[in-house]
Amino acid sequence: MRKILLSLIIVVIAITFLGRLSYLQIFSFSADQLTDDPAIKKIYDYPERGYIYDRNGHLLVGNDPAYDVMVIPREVKPLDTLEFCGLLGIEKEKFIEKLRKARVYSPRLPSVLVPQLSKQDYAKLQEKMRKYKGFYIQKRSLRYYDTPSAANVLGYISEVNEGDLAANKYYVQGELKGRTGVERYYEDLLRGRKGVQHIQKDRFNRDIGPYKEGILDTLPEQGKQISITIDKTLQEYGELLMNGKRGGIVAIEPSTGEILSMISGPTYDPALLVGRERSKNYTKLYNDTIANPTWDRSIHAQQPPGSPFKTLNALIALQEGALDENTTIQCYHGFYVGKKKRGCHCGGGLRNLNKGISQSCNAYFAGAFRKIYEKFDTTDEAMDVWEKHMKSFGLGDYLGYDLPFGQKGRIPNKEYYDKWYGDNRWSSSYIISNSIGQGEILATPVQLANMTAAIANRGHYFTPHILKKIEGKDITEPKFTEAKHTTIAPKHFEPVVQGMADVYVSGTARWLQIPGIEVAGKTGTAENFTKIDGVRTQLTDHSVFVAFAPVDDPKIAIAVYIENGYFGSRYAGHIATLMIEKYLKGEITLKTLEKRMLEKTLEAEYAKPYSGEEFKINERVW
Amino acid sequence: MSGRSILKRIDWLSVFIYFALVLIGWINIYSSTFIDEQSSIFNIGTRYGKQLFFIGVSLVAIVIILALEVNFYERFSSIFYLLSMVSLIGLFVFGKTIAGATSWYDLGFFNLQPSELAKVATALALAKYLSDIQTDIKRRKDQFYALLIILVPAILIIPQPDPGSALVFFAMIFVIFREGLPLYYLVIILSLILVFIITLMFGTVWLIIGLALMIILIYALKRKSLKIPVVPLSLISVAVILFSLSVNFVFNNVFEQRHRDRFGLWLRLEKDPKKLEQIRKSIGYNTYQSEKAIESGGFFGKGFLEGTRTKGDFVPEQDTDYIFSTVGEEWGFLGTATVIILFTVLFLRLISLAERQKNAFARMYGYGVISILLIHYFINIGMVIGLLPTIGIPLPFFSYGGSGLLFFTILLFIFLRLDTNRLKESF
Repeated sequence: MRKILLSLIIVVIAITFLGRLSYLQIFSFSADQLTDDPAIKKIYDYPERGYIYDRNGHLLVGNDPAYDVMVIPREVKPLDTLEFCGLLGIEKEKFIEKLRKARVYSPRLPSVLVPQLSKQDYAKLQEKMRKYKGFYIQKRSLRYYDTPSAANVLGYISEVNEGDLAANKYYVQGELKGRTGVERYYEDLLRGRKGVQHIQKDRFNRDIGPYKEGILDTLPEQGKQISITIDKTLQEYGELLMNGKRGGIVAIEPSTGEILSMISGPTYDPALLVGRERSKNYTKLYNDTIANPTWDRSIHAQQPPGSPFKTLNALIALQEGALDENTTIQCYHGFYVGKKKRGCHCGGGLRNLNKGISQSCNAYFAGAFRKIYEKFDTTDEAMDVWEKHMKSFGLGDYLGYDLPFGQKGRIPNKEYYDKWYGDNRWSSSYIISNSIGQGEILATPVQLANMTAAIANRGHYFTPHILKKIEGKDITEPKFTEAKHTTIAPKHFEPVVQGMADVYVSGTARWLQIPGIEVAGKTGTAENFTKIDGVRTQLTDHSVFVAFAPVDDPKIAIAVYIENGYFGSRYAGHIATLMIEKYLKGEITLKTLEKRMLEKTLEAEYAKPYSGEEFKINERVW
Repeated sequence: MSGRSILKRIDWLSVFIYFALVLIGWINIYSSTFIDEQSSIFNIGTRYGKQLFFIGVSLVAIVIILALEVNFYERFSSIFYLLSMVSLIGLFVFGKTIAGATSWYDLGFFNLQPSELAKVATALALAKYLSDIQTDIKRRKDQFYALLIILVPAILIIPQPDPGSALVFFAMIFVIFREGLPLYYLVIILSLILVFIITLMFGTVWLIIGLALMIILIYALKRKSLKIPVVPLSLISVAVILFSLSVNFVFNNVFEQRHRDRFGLWLRLEKDPKKLEQIRKSIGYNTYQSEKAIESGGFFGKGFLEGTRTKGDFVPEQDTDYIFSTVGEEWGFLGTATVIILFTVLFLRLISLAERQKNAFARMYGYGVISILLIHYFINIGMVIGLLPTIGIPLPFFSYGGSGLLFFTILLFIFLRLDTNRLKESF
């Protein structure tokens, strides 16, 4: 026993050691150890970020070189401070202070001495740089915007944060990444791939040559040039019209689903989020929680759509055979929700489908809605069918466009009402407001534009998208090039389109006619409420308008949503009409409308709830 | 006896492993101290050059050891022991301080570490005492003297301070144990270590609860015929609790913060993984870096002179105590496993050599050699791969250091020389 004990101990130790070593060297070992090997320093070579062009090849976003003067304090040799400061264009005291700070940060590592030199200063300095040991110029690339608009579409780039680093191993501290819009969605295309060089370091962080003679090193891969579907001219014009107004505009080419413009008001100049002033400007924009310029209303603002929704209810009624285009309904200047009467300003009388749409008769659509429900045995069944039709227009769910998600909007279904009122404790009269696009329905401007495109196409749409070309080649992604069909038969669209065309001829937007272009549209005026000191207060109605043109061969479908703009034909109708004319003709003949939109703002209207005083709503302004 | 017959009878397996380890060790010293500038391997100014010189010195020592009369070692073992104790005491007056420890004599061309000499001398003296015809290890008095031989150098070395080297002497208890020291000594030592660890990890309260549960279990499982020794059992319990309390006291009041940190890290007393990682990177820096270096070697290693962490000097003391991490990084699991297997085979071979000695002195000295080499190997590699707390002792035949290599060589080859005469009962 005594004799073998020591041998036993030796064997146990050997097994323990081998076990531990195999744990360390076989199980814990991972091939990408190079990333956290302190002895290997990676030096990156960044490719230029891809340019962004509009649909017609106009530059939207490019790059501007910027030059930082860097210093490695330890390597600085005595120098002619006065001359050097003259070249840099800074005072001597400031120079000495900055040098001191750099030394405190690290004597061995580079620090920025003067950020973002102008090209002129750079040119002067470049030749003489050799004289100053320990200083060098580092070229960086900043985003350059060739347009003051489309900030919400283009997005911006900023340094990666901890979350990004954890989520994606590609990024390292200090790199830039697209934050919103196209910059974010097409980050991988625009960014390219950085090249990398591996350098062997010792523990004092000194270079001691390339690692393995550089066999692991890679060359940078250029970022891709992309074209987006935005029409620069239209986008810029739309933003001008939005002067002093809050809301969203989305214009789509119905035959492709390409987003021609996407406007959120108020907006900001994208150049504000570049360079030295970036974080100051961002904080300012971000902290404006009332006007909310960084909030993209075109995809995020979900609101009751109002009367444009009547067109869909008409289509459903036709599809389900609840009525035909000749069915008439009497309007007694309103309809009842339970015992409460809701008014109608269409003028009253016997209404058919065409008049119902062109005059925007509430009573007609309340009646039509009831007729749909009468077709089915139960409210639940009717609700399911209604929901199915609505969703086929891309409402109530994410559309799947190639931009940040935005909001889903809402098409209320029976589960929603069961939750709201209690199981089966509601009936069709509770939900009659849905017939006129009020009630529980919510939609974003891009959803309204898409719905309009589907009507313009008489029954199908293409998922709205923003990417047009990569390196000059059209995109082929089936998601964006294959049509999505609605559940309404194409033949039912004609009477509805005719009603919408008559909106411009004899209906609610008859004073907005564009000479020589037949436009189909639909006004909307959406009631809305806010809370002031905890009291539910009604505000001036939102102005809503959807339209497409030309009626027979639609080139543009547009939805405009102006917060607190009152009647649909006012702000929203004006803007939609002007943009259609601008896009189709390239010039404006409706000078009076244009002047009005460029001059009138809604600032006074938006100030009302914050004034602390009593205020009137829905005032007549012109 | 002619030189020729010695070469015939020497244990070539041990010799071969010795040279293999020295060679592998030197290659790794070369790698971890190598700088890209061209320099001859014989350049005495470099560490690998110096080590190569001492390998040469060791070869000379081997020749001398093998040439000397075999009974020389037994006969002069008491004198060696006395001399080495004197040299240890002399350190208090003439010692040279390196890295905070007064463990060296400055001999001009190199620094002599007398504790290395004392290891050889103590192994010889212990063997001599135990093999004496008048010694009976079953007697308390003789047990005491044997332990004293081990304890004296240990006590002289602790205040240098060099607790690592002192620990080495305790390993020689194995020799006494092999010669008949009652088993309960070992049981007591192991129990004390266990109580120490349990107290630090769970606290005295849990220890008492565990103890109570064990006693209940004994009562529950006992057979009727079996009588429970109530008095010894309660005495043991009291002793354990007292020891546990004293561990708390010593840990909190006698240990320095760095010792507490080392144990705290080893036993993972810090539960918050973030703080633990922090501690590993600060207090446990050496071990952290060496573990990382070994891990980064993977199965096949990065190759000779390709260890990035070795080249970057990330592991402190890499050519001395942490030499094994170079093996791990550059030669991978293949390299580390080879070294472990070489050591294991050497130890097992030495045990079988010791067991075949007819002469008691040779056998006991053999066990002394094994104990000393084994404890170095166990603590050093255990520390480098993160299994044991940081205790600074070198890896035999591997670590840079002339005095160390020379005395490990002397230690081993005296035994191999004795082994050549194994067939004779007395020399």
